[in-house]
Parts: sequence; C-alpha cells; structure tokens
Amino acid sequence: MSGLSIQDLSMRFELPNGGSVQALENVSLELKAGELMSVLGPSGCGKTTLLNIVAGFLAQTSGKLVLNGHEISGPDAERGMVFQKGALFEWMSVRENVGFGPSMKGTPEKEKRETVDHLLDVVGLQDFKEKAVYELSGGMQQRVALARCLANDPDVILMDEPLGALDALTREKMQSLVLKLWKETGKTIILITHSVEEALLLGERLIVMAPRPGRIHKEYRLPFAELGVGADLREVKKHPDFGVKRDEILSMIWDMEEEIMGRTEDAA
Amino acid sequence: MTGLFVLLIYVGMFVGAYFVVTKVVQSATAKDYTSLKTVTFGDESAVRPNRIAGVVSIFTLFLIWGMFTGSSLLPGFLHAPAPFVGTAEFTYTAEANGERDDATVTVIVHPREEKTDAPEVELGDGFAKNDSAAIAQWRTGLIRVDSNDEITKSDGAEVVAINGQPISRGETVKIDSGTVTLSDKGTPNYAPSRGWQMEPLYLPPPEAVWTRTGKVLSEGFRSFTLFEHLGYSLFRVVAGFLLGALVGIPLGYAMGLSNWFRGWFDPIVEFMRPVPPLALIPLVIIWFGIGETGKIILLFLAALWIMAIAARSGVSGVNISKVHAAYSLGASKSQLMRYVIIPNSLPEIFTGARVAMGVCWGTVVAAELVAAEQGAGMMIMVASRFQNTDIVILGIILIGVIGFGIDMLMRYAERLLVPWKGKA
Repeated sequence: MSGLSIQDLSMRFELPNGGSVQALENVSLELKAGELMSVLGPSGCGKTTLLNIVAGFLAQTSGKLVLNGHEISGPDAERGMVFQKGALFEWMSVRENVGFGPSMKGTPEKEKRETVDHLLDVVGLQDFKEKAVYELSGGMQQRVALARCLANDPDVILMDEPLGALDALTREKMQSLVLKLWKETGKTIILITHSVEEALLLGERLIVMAPRPGRIHKEYRLPFAELGVGADLREVKKHPDFGVKRDEILSMIWDMEEEIMGRTEDAA
Repeated sequence: MTGLFVLLIYVGMFVGAYFVVTKVVQSATAKDYTSLKTVTFGDESAVRPNRIAGVVSIFTLFLIWGMFTGSSLLPGFLHAPAPFVGTAEFTYTAEANGERDDATVTVIVHPREEKTDAPEVELGDGFAKNDSAAIAQWRTGLIRVDSNDEITKSDGAEVVAINGQPISRGETVKIDSGTVTLSDKGTPNYAPSRGWQMEPLYLPPPEAVWTRTGKVLSEGFRSFTLFEHLGYSLFRVVAGFLLGALVGIPLGYAMGLSNWFRGWFDPIVEFMRPVPPLALIPLVIIWFGIGETGKIILLFLAALWIMAIAARSGVSGVNISKVHAAYSLGASKSQLMRYVIIPNSLPEIFTGARVAMGVCWGTVVAAELVAAEQGAGMMIMVASRFQNTDIVILGIILIGVIGFGIDMLMRYAERLLVPWKGKA
C-alpha cells in the first residue's frame, strides 16, 4: 500500500517539574501518494511535533506510522525536510548543498552532477551554482533548500513553515514554485504554515489542528492548489469560495486563540 | 615636574594635530558618504580610525622619546634642558679661630662613560686651599674641601658660606651649574644640574637602540644570534600550541558529543581554565626543569583548555536544523561528523586558536623571564641585569611586533579557511 498512514498517534512530554504536556492525542491521518496537505493551527497545537515525528526526529509515545507498507522509526532519506531557515551548510557552495544527499548515498559523480544541474534549472538558480549560500538572498536560500530536498528523491517532503521568513512578494513567487514542483514531481507533501491564505493555496487537503491536547479539529478538501498550478495565484484568490473559506478558518483559529488566552488568564 | 611637562607636550600635540589636520588639511579633501551624514555622534559606523592621527600619534611618541633623551636625530633646540657638563667653579668660605678665608673648588662634570681625573689646581693663599674634583653627569659628590687646608675640620674649621651666601649644616645653596648642600657633618656636597633629560641608563635615545639592534644582529647576544633567540621562543609557542590543539580539539569534540566525556572532563576543564598559565611555571620548573620540555609542556597546558573549550562550544553551537537536515538527507553518524559537525565548529576553533596563540606568546616570554638559556624573554631579563636598557627596549619592541604578526597571520588564515564565519 503506497502512501503515509498515521494511526492513533499520541505524544506526551514529561516536564522536569513533574508535570506533563499532551502535545498530540489520537491523531489519525491517511495520506495518499502524491497528495499535498497543509496544516494550520494556533501556536502550541502540536503541528511541528507531528512533523518531527513523521520525519523521525522524535519518537511518539503511542501510535503507529506506516509509509509505503513499512513502519517509520528514525530519520531516513525517504522523508525529506525543508526548514524555515538556518539548515543550509554555509561551508558548501550551492552545488554542494544540493548534491549533499546523493553524495551521502555515494551516487556516481556524473549522475549527481546531472541531478544537481537539472534541479538548479528547475528552481531558477543556474547562474548561482558556484556561489556560497550566505551570498544568496533569503528566497534564493529556500530555493536551494527545496532543490537539496528534491535531489534525494524522497517519497514524502515535510515542510516546516518553509516560506515563513520571506517577504510578501518573494513568498508569492515561492508558493507558485512549490505548486509547480508538486505537480512536476508528484511527491507527497505535508506543509506547515501560519498563513491561512498559504494553507488554502498550497493544500489539496487542509487540516486545522486544535491545542491542548493537540488534535485534528477539522479537515477540508480544496480545489485551489489544482487551480493554482501554472496560474496566477492572485486570480485564484479571487475565486468566490476562497474568501469564504479564509474567513471561516480565520475565525475558527481566532476562537481557539481566544480560548487559550482565556485559560491562561484563569490560571493566572 | 618633568612628567607634567611630558604630559603637556603630549596633549598639545594631540590637540594641535587635531586642529591642523581636521580644520586645515582634511576640510579640502573630497567628501565621501560619511561626510554627508548629519548624525555621526553616536553612530558607531561613522567612526573610522583617522589614518593621519595614527601616524602623528606614533611620530609624537618618538618625538617625546627623542626630546627627553637628547637624541641626535632631533635638532638641538628641540631637546629638553640637558644635564650640566663641563667645568663648574664655586668658592667656599671657611671659618676657624675667628678668622675667615675663601678658596675655590673646580669640578669637572663629565659624561659617565668617559673616565676623567680631577684637574690640577694651584693651592692659593690663606689657610683654606683651592680644591678640585671630577663628577659624572647625573651623579653628586662630597668634596672634602678641608683635607688640604691648613686648619681642617677636626681642628675646628667650618664651612660658613658658598659663593658668599651663608650656609650651615643641612642647608642648600644654588649656584649656576647646580646646587651645593652642606652635609650634617659639614662637608659640601655638589650636585650638578640634572636637566630634564632621562639618563641613558633608564631610557637610551632611539638611535642608541637602533645601533644596538645592528650590533646584536651581527654579534648576537649571549652566544645566540638575535634570530635564534626569537626562533626559540617561536618554536616553543608553535610546538606547545600544536600539541595543545592536537589533544584539545578531539577532547572538546568528545565533550560536545558524549554525556560521559562531558561529565568526566567538565570539572577538570572548568577548573584549569581560570588558572593563569603563569601560575604553573614554578611547578613545571620543579617537575621538568628549565629546558625545552618544561617550556613546551607549559605552553601545551596554556593552549589545551582554550582549544578544548573552543571545540566544545563549536560542537554545541551547531544549529539543530542542520543536524536534522543532514540525517533526513541520508547522512550516517560519521558522515554527519565529517560534513556537518566539523566544518560547523571550525569558526569557533579558529577564534580559540587566535586566543590560544596570544596566551602562548605571553606565557613563553614570562617563562623565559623566569629561567631559560635562550629566547626573547631571557634576552631582556639578562640585559636588564647588566643594565643594557637598550636591549631591553629592543626586546620589548620585537616581542610586540611578533605578537602582532601572529595575530595578523591567524586572521588571514581565518579569512582564507573559514570565509563563512559569522555568516550563518
């Protein structure tokens, strides 16, 4: 069976003072191969924890994770991750960064070169191959991070607010790029974001998570990602449903934040 | 008094050069971006060292050095008042049995390095006879004026005036070339005027240091050439530092990567780090003697803790995202070590290496001051025992230049080898 299956996942952090935090409770999800899913939620709802467990950086307290028929334990090249920032290797050129995965696997030099050249063409960095990564702008660095992840040909790509540190204009361009890469490569992608608009644009499926304990609150199936491939994203945002969905989700998250604030005030 | 005068000249040069350079010279030069800023006070980026100020500053130091040592590099009118040299004369009046008689004292004040004898003088008439003496510059001399007199002090003669000015025991009289003090026992003590210049014994003029440099270069010092002395010091520093890095860096990595290593070595490293290496010199001498082994072990200990701590913080400072990224790109533990942890820690290690080299250089000079057969520190220590102040100053300048050179070299290597430093 291909795809990612998350079954009854729970995560509990023990605190040094004897208490504990239920970061995730009974989260279940079925993700088919090639699906693009965005995850939204107020801070503290466990979305990054969920991603870190799928990536294998954290071990869940209970539950099961199955990818393409085998259980997940620990990080692996089959699950690539794109971080918000700071994950590129400054001591390597753009080319070496993108070729990191193939180098680790021992891919022959010629084959690696072709992969890297192709991916740098795709993300539009063919003129910056030999540059040092710290010479690039924030948007270009995220393009390198995307290309580096793709060079390893993973089954699932996990993105932890990949566009969170970019300015609005660069962000729009990068959103188009993510959609284009998704369509061209057919990868399964889970994308965490804080922006409701971005979640709507970059999700065939969108899940909204709720905090304390972290759980799936609501799930949507959306047409916008499909519409947005190769199209002007500003046009997609004019779709009559877009505004309706945006307002609905915004007020949903707004209510959750209110509730958290209320609870903290009670506690204090 | 002289010190106040030196300070006044220094402040005067500072203020004077400031007005000349900024108001006259630089107001005519082209305007750059900084000159367009209206807010420069408080804007750190607008503060660049003024190159001319730097040059004038160094010039001023040499100028003052020359002025107060009577340097031959400066025209005479710039010299501070020189100590008296030449022939001085004063008369003394002796009183005995109610009679008074005058006699003249002739004193030759000569430079210290020229041996000069007291001049022959006629004895003159009266019961007090003329006297003579030779005194070196900056020195004073008791003149036993009564020794050739017909009535001596033990017979009841007493000096009552110098150059006609009355004087009694313990009092001082000024004469043209200095002062005469009557000692408690009634003997005149002549002090030729010292001027405002430094005695070469304390501070030789710049050209004396320069000629001594040439002499030490051609003849060597204490059976080693100048370059051998400096070479020995440098060799000890490099050997001690390399050994320290060779042990310290792996130790720091182990401490950054393993709980057990961290727990085991933390108390040792944290205890040894604040112990100044200079405090270890006596123990090292007791254990290993004053030869090369002791010196290199001392420098090894000076570099070890600094390098271990630098490597440890280099490992601990790795952004966890980089580690996660490497693992999810398929890196094994050894690949993570080689391609991520080590390169990521290099900037920290270079910073540590710069600090360690500086500390080692300071420590080697101090260790050689205490005991050594050769080296820069030994050179200045031995020279100071023989009052060769010029060699001491030469040594201090060379030690400073080499220390500065080491730091420049480390910075250059840093730019070359870890260009990504501070760019993450």
